[in-house]
Amino acid sequence: MKRLLLGAAIACTSLLSATATFATELSFWTWRQEDKAEYEKFFADFTKANPDITIKFEAFEATNYNTVLSTALAGGKGPDLMMTRTYGGIESLAGAGYLMPLDDKKIPAVKGFSEAALASVTMRSNKTLYAVPAASQTMLVIYNTEIFQKNGITEPKSWDEFIAACEKLKAAGVMPFANGTATAWQNETIVSALTSSIMGKAFYADLMAGKTDFNDKRYVEALTKLKEISKYFPEGFVGLDYASAQQLFTSGMAGMFAGGSFELANFAKQNPSLKMGVFAAPGLKAEDEKLVGLFFDSGFGANAKPKDEAAAVKFLNYAASKDFAQAFANRLSNVSAVPGVTFDSPLLAKVAELNKNSIAYMTLVNFRYGEPTGSNLIQAGVSKLLNGQATPADVGKSMTDGLAAWYAPFKK
Amino acid sequence: MISSQLTGRRLWIAALVVPPIAFMCLFLVYPILSAFAYAFYEWHGLARGDFVWFDNFHRVLFEFPFSERTINAFKHNIFVFFALMVLQNGLGFILAYCLWRELWGARFHRIAVFLPVVLSTVIVGLLWKLFYHPLFGAVNATLRAVGLGSLAQPWLGQDSTALTAIVVANAWHMVGFPTLVFLAGMQRIPSEILDAVRMETESEWVKMSKIVWPLVAPSATVVFTLLFVGAFNWFELPFIMGGVDGSPHGATDVLGLYFYRTAFGSMSASAENFGPGSALAVLIFLFIAVVSSVITIRLRKREIQL
Repeated sequence: MKRLLLGAAIACTSLLSATATFATELSFWTWRQEDKAEYEKFFADFTKANPDITIKFEAFEATNYNTVLSTALAGGKGPDLMMTRTYGGIESLAGAGYLMPLDDKKIPAVKGFSEAALASVTMRSNKTLYAVPAASQTMLVIYNTEIFQKNGITEPKSWDEFIAACEKLKAAGVMPFANGTATAWQNETIVSALTSSIMGKAFYADLMAGKTDFNDKRYVEALTKLKEISKYFPEGFVGLDYASAQQLFTSGMAGMFAGGSFELANFAKQNPSLKMGVFAAPGLKAEDEKLVGLFFDSGFGANAKPKDEAAAVKFLNYAASKDFAQAFANRLSNVSAVPGVTFDSPLLAKVAELNKNSIAYMTLVNFRYGEPTGSNLIQAGVSKLLNGQATPADVGKSMTDGLAAWYAPFKK
Repeated sequence: MISSQLTGRRLWIAALVVPPIAFMCLFLVYPILSAFAYAFYEWHGLARGDFVWFDNFHRVLFEFPFSERTINAFKHNIFVFFALMVLQNGLGFILAYCLWRELWGARFHRIAVFLPVVLSTVIVGLLWKLFYHPLFGAVNATLRAVGLGSLAQPWLGQDSTALTAIVVANAWHMVGFPTLVFLAGMQRIPSEILDAVRMETESEWVKMSKIVWPLVAPSATVVFTLLFVGAFNWFELPFIMGGVDGSPHGATDVLGLYFYRTAFGSMSASAENFGPGSALAVLIFLFIAVVSSVITIRLRKREIQL
């Protein structure tokens, strides 16, 4: 009997220690609950290649994600691995020292990433990388190809053609645009989606070089044209919220939706029979370069103190690999930031193609680092502009003056 | 011996009193005090930096851009308080009076008036958002149906109407509460007094203004104080109907939203500023605590003891 007990005890302890060394379970947090099934497949693939590491998926509500994440990290209860936000959103985590600093020694693949992609997850003050860039988003015009065909409209090459297309749709009893601006950030997306080509690459370069500000006539012209085309938005669009605007487009009541490429997957899910196309809103003249607004919206990062550092780095290397990126692009409809990814979906392939001629979605990319943020200012400014309470020049001035509070090149 | 002093009775009392006190300290006093402390530090994200005295308070009260937003939000809270005082409490009193006088259908209305109070704020917010929908909303549809189509507007999209629209939704939601409190107050009025009044006058107005109103003063104290606290803590409804940014361009911004956005960041516009956010929370707390105490004391004085 004694021997039996002893034997059982030994068996138990050896079993326990075996499981303890067998698997490191890392936790992974994201705001994309809808991607759970696919992520679990990715993690299973990863575990196949690294049998000693398993990863557990947990998702939190998108709008509160950064709050939940930073609170958990501050309390030492954060995840080992996580989807991070970018720009100002990652700086608040990295600046507090919650994220593992990365470099091309830890993750050799990052050498191949574009500069814009790496900048999105790099802290400006110490030039350190804190995540593997995951996906980019593109601000452009999404259109209903069936409605365009039925009304004999093709992708517009100049602003006049753009307006003519709107007129044609309006005459046919179709809403040209589905956009509404009651949800604050929709005031910001439409600027980049509709007027990047009018602002032009030269304006963005001058702005970044500190040679100009938002009083620039190219920027004011862009806002003037935005106001002009807003008359083709639905009646009462200033009171139309984001969800309703999306529904107007997916239900086929409107021909176009000016917004981000992140809408595409959702639109397709809402209405699987919807046939969509995308184009870059044109500049004033047909020969002007057609530009989309580009930003990176997410990265894969690791806790500064993960349960197992080597395992966490292994995962980040996996996240930076082309194999993963290919699946991430095709199974989850992301425009992956990993270079050289090809797309099964013709729509995403077109988005990736448009990305070759882009300027940054600048209010997010460059001006969200201080208070008031460029996003605060442009959302309020455009809302006033579209409500008829401010002129385009007023908006440019309020942005320049507001940003001067912290943005050195604008300080006088 | 010490243990002998702890009689069964004392132990019993301690067992009843200590858990709730411990609970209160842990979940109420401690967070409030730590929020006070947070407001005096600099924050990098959620990592605490140096002790900075009143810097955060100075920023939210006197420095651009925070000061502008604080004043804007505070003004809106004041508007909400007065608007709800009239719409919610005023209407509540009238409704209570009608129910108390047992006008036709009183029994049905007693339930109908209180029913929305039971609904979750989220449901009410979404419901009214649909009512105000510029294209398909019931409000605009009704206006068009009765030939007043020119009055149809994007209610939640203009700064001239957005805040009032949300106030109306709030009044609809909560009017049953003051009604109930006033009604209870009225039903407590002794019938001898009412009989005496009937000998003097037939006028409903005199009865309401000279007798009923003074005698429901304790109910008014409760209702006014709660409204004050509610109006300055207002969050759910504007959050659901106007969004965390107080759309359009800050027209529906109130202190609650502004605090939340400042402390925790708004995903679509700005990062978190925990220091100024904590300072705001402290200021809101102090303001509500002080003013509601003053209101309570002042209103108590005018209550009549029967």
